[in-house]
Amino acid sequence: MTSVTDVSPARPAFRLTRAFQGLERLVVPALLVAGWEAFACSGMLPPALLPAPSAVLHALGDWVFGFDETTQTYSGHWLRDALASALRVFGGFALASFFGVLAGVAIGWSRLFEKTLEPTLQMLRPIPPVSWIPLAIIWFGIADKPAIFLVFLGAFFPVLMNSIHGVKTVDHNLVRAGAMMGANGRQMLTDIVLPAALPAIFAGLRIAVGSAWMLTVTAEMVAVKSGLGYVLWDSYYFLRYDIVLAAMISIGLLGYLSDLGLKAIMARTLRWQQTTTVQGRVG
Amino acid sequence: MAAIELRNIVKVFSDKRRGRDLLTLDNINLDIEANDFVCLLGPSGCGKSTLLNIIAGFEQATSGRTLVDGKQVERPGSDRGVVFQQATLMPWLTAIDNIAFHLKLKGIAKAERYDRAMEFIELVGLRGFEHHHPSEMSGGMNQRVGIARALLMNPSVILMDEPFAALDAQTKLEMQEELVAIWQKRRCTIVFVTHSVDEALVLGNKIVVMTRRPGRIREAVNFDLPRPRDITSPEFNDAKRHILALIREESTRLAQAS
Repeated sequence: MTSVTDVSPARPAFRLTRAFQGLERLVVPALLVAGWEAFACSGMLPPALLPAPSAVLHALGDWVFGFDETTQTYSGHWLRDALASALRVFGGFALASFFGVLAGVAIGWSRLFEKTLEPTLQMLRPIPPVSWIPLAIIWFGIADKPAIFLVFLGAFFPVLMNSIHGVKTVDHNLVRAGAMMGANGRQMLTDIVLPAALPAIFAGLRIAVGSAWMLTVTAEMVAVKSGLGYVLWDSYYFLRYDIVLAAMISIGLLGYLSDLGLKAIMARTLRWQQTTTVQGRVG
Repeated sequence: MAAIELRNIVKVFSDKRRGRDLLTLDNINLDIEANDFVCLLGPSGCGKSTLLNIIAGFEQATSGRTLVDGKQVERPGSDRGVVFQQATLMPWLTAIDNIAFHLKLKGIAKAERYDRAMEFIELVGLRGFEHHHPSEMSGGMNQRVGIARALLMNPSVILMDEPFAALDAQTKLEMQEELVAIWQKRRCTIVFVTHSVDEALVLGNKIVVMTRRPGRIREAVNFDLPRPRDITSPEFNDAKRHILALIREESTRLAQAS
């Protein structure tokens, strides 16, 4: 660990590039926004159809802080809307993670579960979660439940597939080593197979959290009367494209933050993996 | 009673894709006494690792009986410590947790686990590395952890499957010396699989020469040269000549047959 970090900052040229390292990821977004602003100001499209970034920012600002009520009924309600969506994401994602890992490990580990459970699940998997919306509404009505159900469907399968894969590809010799040290069936699962499959499981969770946001927003457009997706769809009816865009940005930002959070948990849990990077092992 | 008794061991692998059977071990009979250091020597594919896996309980013989301390081997267990060709440590555990893993499985509290594992950290010379993960250590250090892990279980036999094959020449020599020192200090029974004549002669006090497929025991040579062994001494070379002759005889016989 030490040799890599000790060597690189020695040269001043390195220090300079390091100062810009944080900035380089801003270049593309800055150019995009600048181009968009210029295009919107040129008047080629009416501002109602393509609001300038400054207008979108204004709408977002009012939606968050409620300073001049340009966003009318939404003014100052961003936190409530974002929280409503985030709770649905969290609820569906938590359920999907729990059942996805449970079913995935069972299928990956036991022939019995593989034979009995997997065909059904694999048949359900190609059905787009969105196509469940009609059923979700008649089963659960218009509220949080259909949204959570859809999020669950969208997040469950990535977790399931990666958990199955993770368990199935556990190094055969690790299992032998465990048996040699006297592990019983349960210990083999909890102390050897599960930790060994964790990197794959986390990969599944990261894919799942992305699908979770997509499905929350979809559900809110159709089956729920609150949340970022609802604001987005509602503003579309009122031709408020600035709010539509502000909602899109909010969703993107929150999705990105959830992934960052998950990555942080992953980095903590899989600390043992960190030294095996492209920079190579030490020693 | 011998520590390990192998009686008429036959192992046939059925190759389903090609629809034929492969005779890997053909009627192996061998007694290994307690505190013996036995080297199973043979070319790749002679079934020596398969034989070791049968003793470990990882594989079942097609027919024949395997007894360790008079008990029939049915499954892997902590009475037989195995050191694998690759260290095969749990990559998410530190060196000390890997060594103490057997104690954890037995439900022993952490303080006592670490206490007992420290003795073995010292024994294999890994003091200062007890909290390193396998990915932070060299191949040789990982293999030391693997050996310590097997020793901690205090097994009646230790089975080693070419544990030094992946190490560089210098580390290999060091590890061989240390293994002999550990064996002398702790008085345990070791079965060590190797394809290297030199390694077998440096380590073993009994060298079992196996033939190429199907694996049979060509000869079990007792070799009681005092330790530390001088690999340039006439006695060492005499033994080496004898074993090489056995191997050569075998390959000429095969050449004539084909």
